[in-house]
Amino acid sequence: MTPNPILEARELHTYFLVPQSPFEALMRRPHLSVKAVDGVSFALMRGETLAIVGESGCGKTTIARTLIGLEAKTKGEILFDGKEVALRDGQTAIGLKHLRQRAQMIFQDPYESLNPRATIFDIVAEPLVVHGLAKGERERTAAVTTALEDAGLRPAEHYFMRYPYELSGGQRQRVVIASALVLQPELLIADEPVSMLDVSIRAEILNLLRDLRQKRGISVIFITHDLSTVAYFADRIAVMYLGRIVEIGLTREVLRDPQHPYTKALLSVAPAPNPRLRRKRVILQGETPNPINLPSGCRFHPRCPVAFDQCKIKDPQLTVLSETHQAACLLLEK
Amino acid sequence: MSDHWKLFLRNLSEFWKAFRRNKLGLVGGFLILTALLAAIFAPALTPHSAVDIMRDSNGRALTFASPATHSPLGTDDAGHDIWALLIYGARISLMVGFLAGFISMFVGSSLGIIAGYFGGAVDTLVMRVTDILMVIPDLPLMLVLVATIRQMDLKVSPLSVLILVIGLLYWTSAARLIRSQTLTIKERQFVARARAIGAGHWHIIRKHILPQLMPLIVTNTVLILSTAILIESGLAFLGLGDPTQPSWGTMLNFAFSRSAISNGAWWFYLPPGIAILWVSLGCILLGNVLEEMMNPRLTAHYLEGDKGMIAITDKETGL
Ligand SMILES: Nc1ncnc2c1ncn2[C@@H]1O[C@H](COP(=O)(O)OP(=O)(O)OP(=O)(O)O)[C@@H](O)[C@H]1O
Ligand SMILES: [Mg+2]
Repeated sequence: MTPNPILEARELHTYFLVPQSPFEALMRRPHLSVKAVDGVSFALMRGETLAIVGESGCGKTTIARTLIGLEAKTKGEILFDGKEVALRDGQTAIGLKHLRQRAQMIFQDPYESLNPRATIFDIVAEPLVVHGLAKGERERTAAVTTALEDAGLRPAEHYFMRYPYELSGGQRQRVVIASALVLQPELLIADEPVSMLDVSIRAEILNLLRDLRQKRGISVIFITHDLSTVAYFADRIAVMYLGRIVEIGLTREVLRDPQHPYTKALLSVAPAPNPRLRRKRVILQGETPNPINLPSGCRFHPRCPVAFDQCKIKDPQLTVLSETHQAACLLLEK
Repeated sequence: MSDHWKLFLRNLSEFWKAFRRNKLGLVGGFLILTALLAAIFAPALTPHSAVDIMRDSNGRALTFASPATHSPLGTDDAGHDIWALLIYGARISLMVGFLAGFISMFVGSSLGIIAGYFGGAVDTLVMRVTDILMVIPDLPLMLVLVATIRQMDLKVSPLSVLILVIGLLYWTSAARLIRSQTLTIKERQFVARARAIGAGHWHIIRKHILPQLMPLIVTNTVLILSTAILIESGLAFLGLGDPTQPSWGTMLNFAFSRSAISNGAWWFYLPPGIAILWVSLGCILLGNVLEEMMNPRLTAHYLEGDKGMIAITDKETGL
């Protein structure tokens, strides 16, 4: 593991403007915004897997899309391999097109992420075409074959001339993985790659991803709302709540000794492999507040079982608990 | 790659299998095909040309001869063979209709895709022009335009004027339709994925947007053909056709201006009328069936399996 991170996010913010009605515009109401990502910082080391967990709507997908440039960031910096991500390549910048050659994203829904009118061969070969690589037909066929077989679709030729609708969900996700692998990326951003799949296929796909990661040494950002897959998959965990990372640390540390009340609650309801290790269930009260009107102070306080007066006023920052473990809670700030 | 060829044949045969089941579509295809064949093989279908004048044994022109005296469809006021006029007219009517239809579809699709995909100022501009063109009634506008351009005495054939005016004015509905489809397609995840692998706009439009639009474009081309042919007939009937290259509309114009009705010469005006109906009905039937077939929701699911497998139909379950 070289010390420099492959990917670094610094104070990343992604806000979406809420569309205004003409009446509101006329009244000069201030533009509201959805604060989907609201100040996220982390560093991903080479060869490392970081899991981002959190409940639905906390901004996981938005982070992934922002990292790969599909959403424009509102504030903050993204550094890939030490260079700032920008529109074009430069001295200290890496252009989007170049970034998208070295980093690949896997989307949540394998039923929607394949062009229904393209053959599997064309889908897997597309990244090569886009980046003008492996131009010769033989070279291209070889690259596609390797990618498909690495993704577990054997024999590859059998799939070349098929259409996505002829494949099952698991097979489609393998095609997605193959097309992400064909460029031999250094970073893979996987947005809930198995959440749309049948439970019986999930393990297969997760095993595949883990093997590939070990074989190729790819760095991975693994997004999930399912804590039970995390232990198995990630080196580190970042727990998100309403657009912020509230706790981040080595998987072992966070799972065995969670410090943030939100992480504790999440863990207490996750199915534990060993029932004796089960903690007392903490059921969170209330709804997730919407990311337009964030609560004052600590954004978790309205649902926090241990909140005290200060929590309504003061917004906690990440506190260093150990070299590898940080959490943002006022109870820890002492 | 021979694989691509095999794939194409497979798709074609699957299309034909689905298409074959639909009687109306077959009728539509038949109507269009017969008209096309008649136009292409016109010289083989009649010994006369459109300008030959039929004469009786005394050498006098056979005017207003009924089908009984001169087969198969009689003659007009100057002694031209109606059947010959009809099938040579098919060449003109179909050519103008097809070219105008293709132009309007091409313009409409291009503008629709550009407006829908890029949005912003381009979108606003295209949509405003569409709005303006849509509120102006087509036929009067085209009439005025064709007449004016003719007056200007440019060195363009009257038929080209007709083709261009219809083609360049009749794209608005196609543009709207294609734009709205493009708007939904560009939000789909495979487009986001294409962007995420670094694809540019041109690549995305060509490889991801256009293939999804193709069924819609094909269907609407077929439907717009019927409109283009009807408009051509209308304009020609009003006297804006090319009298030296008579189309079906021109034939109707002649029939009315040369008192076919008062002479009771139904064989003069009925055949071109039926021919226009024949082709436009064919286009509408075919277009509607294609529209139904190409609805993506009706495409096969992988669970349906190979064609060899027996699907459980409603009849078998009794449901
Ligand atoms: N394009 C957009 N415009 C406006 N709001 C958006 C947009 N995309 C996401 N949001 C909002 O941002 C917030 C975070 O969404 P995001 O999809 O990132 O959540 P998530 O953690 O991926 O959830 P899930 O687990 O359901 O996928 C949500 O409140 C969502 O409504
Ligand atoms: Mg998501």
